This record gives sequence, structure tokens and C-alpha cells, in this order.
Amino acid sequence: MLYRGKGAMAVKVARAHEATSEPTTPRAPKRARRGTGLRGWYRGGGLSTLLLALPVILVFGLFSWWPIIASIPMSIQKNDLVQPASYVGWANFRAVLSDPLLPTAIQNTVWFTLLAVVIGFPVPILLATYAAELRRGRGLVSALAYLPGVIPPVVSVLLWKQFYDPDGSGLFNTVLGWFSIPPQPFLQNAISAMPSIVVQATWAGFGSTTIIYLAALMSIRSDLYDAAELDGGGIVQRAWHVTLPQIRHIILLMLLLQIIGTLQVFTEPYLMTGGGPANATVTVLMLVYDYAFVYGNYGQATALSLLLAIALGVVSIVYYRVTRRWSSS
Amino acid sequence: MSKVAETEERTNLSQLERRRPAVRIGFAVLTTVVVAFLVLACAGPLIVLAKWATSSSQDIISDPFGWWPSGVVWSNLNTALFQIGIGQNFLNTLWVVLGSWIIGLSVAVTGGYVIAILRPWYARFLNAAILATLFIPGIISLVPLYLTILHVPVLGVNLLNSFWAVWLPAGAHAFNVLLVTRFFRSLPSEVFEAAKVDGAGPFRVLFSLVLPMSRPILGVASLLMIVASWKDFLWPLLVLPSTSVQPLAVALPQLETTTTMGVLMASLFIATIVPVLLFLVFQRQFLRNAGQAGALKA
Repeated sequence: MLYRGKGAMAVKVARAHEATSEPTTPRAPKRARRGTGLRGWYRGGGLSTLLLALPVILVFGLFSWWPIIASIPMSIQKNDLVQPASYVGWANFRAVLSDPLLPTAIQNTVWFTLLAVVIGFPVPILLATYAAELRRGRGLVSALAYLPGVIPPVVSVLLWKQFYDPDGSGLFNTVLGWFSIPPQPFLQNAISAMPSIVVQATWAGFGSTTIIYLAALMSIRSDLYDAAELDGGGIVQRAWHVTLPQIRHIILLMLLLQIIGTLQVFTEPYLMTGGGPANATVTVLMLVYDYAFVYGNYGQATALSLLLAIALGVVSIVYYRVTRRWSSS
Repeated sequence: MSKVAETEERTNLSQLERRRPAVRIGFAVLTTVVVAFLVLACAGPLIVLAKWATSSSQDIISDPFGWWPSGVVWSNLNTALFQIGIGQNFLNTLWVVLGSWIIGLSVAVTGGYVIAILRPWYARFLNAAILATLFIPGIISLVPLYLTILHVPVLGVNLLNSFWAVWLPAGAHAFNVLLVTRFFRSLPSEVFEAAKVDGAGPFRVLFSLVLPMSRPILGVASLLMIVASWKDFLWPLLVLPSTSVQPLAVALPQLETTTTMGVLMASLFIATIVPVLLFLVFQRQFLRNAGQAGALKA
């Protein structure tokens, strides 16, 4: 990190430094001298080390690894918290997959993801490319862009819900009225509900992505631009042949993270429309929520979340395979 | 880094190009448009929220842009805080955030210290196990984690409606542990070796050497944890359902049907002030950290 942007030589120096300051190998003989067995372990600070490791082992063990492992047996159990859990084989998966609402939920979730990519993905790249050229006020632009991201999602959804008021005197409809456009039922219409949610979600999320791109853009070595300019490349050509390839890996990574994130969308549609109108905004995670916390069917909920997790894994692997081919060409 | 970039290094536009009239005018026009749009789109909704928080419900619904047609209604804030219980929810949120922060920071610091500096034989397994949770989608454990909270293994307690139900899982965030571990790895290990030779135990080294050297990263990690737990919605909704323990995020959606528009907006405003003020005060730390988050992900 420290050496970034100062040429290949510095990187080599940094690597060499990392290699020499690795103290694992010289430490081994020291441990042998302290003596072996429990007493040597205690004298060497083994007990204090274990005490210090306890918080991370306990917290991750109980609240991260245990639930992840437990999800597998839970997905083949019938569990309503009233009667003791019993194994039911594939019944949960069968029930979940034959739910008539599942295709709708998958379709909506994929639609949300697609819209979020189309609407939300180019904005941070363009904004960061612009902000990187600023000599003054880059901080102000970054801060303004980041601001919506610190507002609690519940607040921003409830506020935007009011902005989307279908009445002619709603905030957005008032603006439309200035241009003589009739009032729109943004959230009450099955076609416009999802795009309206995506616009709000994009607003809330584009700032942090912009900052990540900006950091990547600022670390591009300036001699690359110099060289391109010497070769006669104009501003647009340099953006295309220098800037874009240099941040390509981060663009590809952010795209994957966005896809993974939006496939798990819950809060926005849950609070904005509750899944309506006519199930047009029900998402897969909302189904998981309903199974568990509305119908008390924890086994089916776990089965569906396991399927969703597997789907996300498959998406990541396919994505990795496809983009690796692009990166190497 | 940005300082260096400003003086010595260049981005796409070169110094010479910046002096060309066409580039200068074009860039000035672009700046005006972008900044105007950002102010409108990013600060605008917050200003509208502040305005609505002090407006009568009638004004909000019939004239959203009006300049307080029927006067400033300060009583919205008062009603929200003291009559419909938002004051209590606010305190609950503070309590949730405080505990999550303490637990999160303790786990990240001790974990990072063990993995990066003490390095017992199991450190690599610990590190791998924490890293692995980053690659497993959080969704998979939502329902099992809820059932874990209802009956915690080993401890055998039910944490529903207890703040521990939020605090403890808040510690299990791999990202925070990795952030701190990464920083601890960059500290000069010779100093700790020397202290050890002088007879300082692991706790002494942690408190008198490692922590004082790590103030910047601890500040950044703290900001991250505080804002994340202030924003959290789904998890508190599941494990803190009882009225007396609900944080703001859980209580606010219910207000839509139980109170007036003015009081709802005042409540939303109250829930927004703290994270926004934190951001305005610690802007630089937030933005630098957000940039580093990308480096860490890559």
C-alpha cells in the first residue's frame, strides 16, 4: 500500500522487505529452547495467547460457524419451534421448489439485479473518473456522494416512499407537474414499482462505490498517461486505453459484489412496497423471511436460503471463469 | 497519497491540456452540472427531511416544497421524542451501538493480535476460518442464527429481546477482524520481540505497545462498526421485537400507520442526525477508509 504508485522498483523493494520481516522461521528454534510440554507452553505465553484468542473463537464459533454448519441439518428438518424438530428428508426442498410464488420471486430478484446494474453500475465509474480530474474540491464531491450512504436504510426508504406519493401533490409528482406530466403511481403500479425501488437503492449505495473507484483511479501511475500522450492519444483514447484497463479488475470485482448483494435484496422492497402490488416486488429473501417469521416454518426457510446461497456460489464461479478469460486476453 | 498526486503526478488530463481554453471551459461546465446535481440529489433529500420534520402534516402532504406555509412546527420533535416513545428507541439504539462497538472492537483487536503478532500454531487455522466466512453468503445463516439466539449452544440461554442477541453476532464480522489484522501485520515486529525479551507478557505488549500504535486503524474500525450497527435493520427486527428494547430502525416502520406525517418525519430526522453528524465530523476518515475497503476486497 505504502509503496503503491512509485514504480516497479519500489514494489520489488516492498516485496523483499515483506519477505525478510517474516519472523515465523527464526522463531522456531527459540520455542524449542523454552522446553516442551505443558509447562513450557505456559511459560512461553501459550495460556495468555489462548485467552486472547477466546473472544474470536467463541464469537465466530457460536454466531458464524455454528449457524452455517447447522443450516445443513436444519434444511432437512421440520421445525416450527412448537414440536421438537424431526427429519423429513427432501420434503422442505420439494415444498419450497413447488411454491407457486418462487418463480415470481426469482424473476423479481433477477429483474431487480439487472435494473440495479443498468441504472446503478455506470454512475460511480463516471463520477469517479470525473472526480479524479479535480484539483480542488475532490473531497467535497466525494463527501456529497457518500452522504446518502450514512443515512439508515429504514429512514431513506420511508422518506423516499413519501417522495413517491402517487398523489398530484407528492414530491416527485409535483416536480413532474412543473413539466405538465400527469401524476404517476410510482409504487402502486406493477411495472414502475421495481424501477422506483432500484432508483432509491442506487441513491443510497452509489457513494461508497464511487470512493472505491476513485481510490483505484488515483493510484494509476502517471507515466502510463504520459506514454499514451506521447503516442498521440487524446483524452477519450487515454480514458479507454489507460484508465479502463487499469481499473478493470476492480470494476469486475465491484460488479460481482453488486450482483451478489442485490440478489439478496430485502429491506428496500420489504419496507417500500411489502412485496406488492400483485407480488411484483416479492424477492427470494422476502420468501425466506415469510417462511420463517410469518409461517413459522424454519426448515423450509433454511432450505430456501441454502438454495439461494448455492445459486450465489454458482454465479460467482461462472462469473470468475468468464471474466478470467477476458482479463487474460 | 492524494497530496502527492496533486503536486507531482497526473491523471488523464495533463497540466498542458488543463490550460487549453476548450478543456477549461468544458471542465468548468461539467463541474457546475455535476456539483449542482450532487447537491440536489444527495443533500437535497436531507434538507427536505429537516424541513418536513418541522412542518405540519397538512403542509407536507399538500405543498411538499412550500416554505413552511403554516409556520414552523417544532412540536413534531417534542411529540416524537416524548409522546410516542422515539426517545426510548433512540436510547435503545445508542445502547445497541455502544455494545456492538465494544464487542466488535474487542474481538477484532484480540483476534488480530493473536493472528498477526502472537502467531501460535493455530493462528493460520483461525485466520483461514475467519476468511472463509467472507466467502459464504450471509443469507445462509440468517434463520439458523436466529434459532441459535433462541437457544445458544454451550451457554444454553435464550437471548431473544436481550441486547446480547445483537451485540455478540456483531463481533462475528470477518471484515473488521481482517482490517485490524492487516494493520497489525504492518507494525514493526522487532519492537514486540524486544519487549518480550525484556519480560513483557502478551497482555502488556498489547496494551502498552500495540494499541497505542494502532490508534488510526482503531478509529476507522470504530466508525465502521458504529455506523453499520446504527443502520442495521433486519437483524434487530428479528431479535429485538419487544417494544421496550426496539431500536429506532425497528420502531420507525410501525409509525407509518400510528402517527401523523409530521411526527413520522420528525422521528426519521431524529434517527438520521447522529450518523450524519458523525460523518460530517469524521469525513476524512470515512472517505479514506471507504477507499481502502476496495483495496482490501481486491
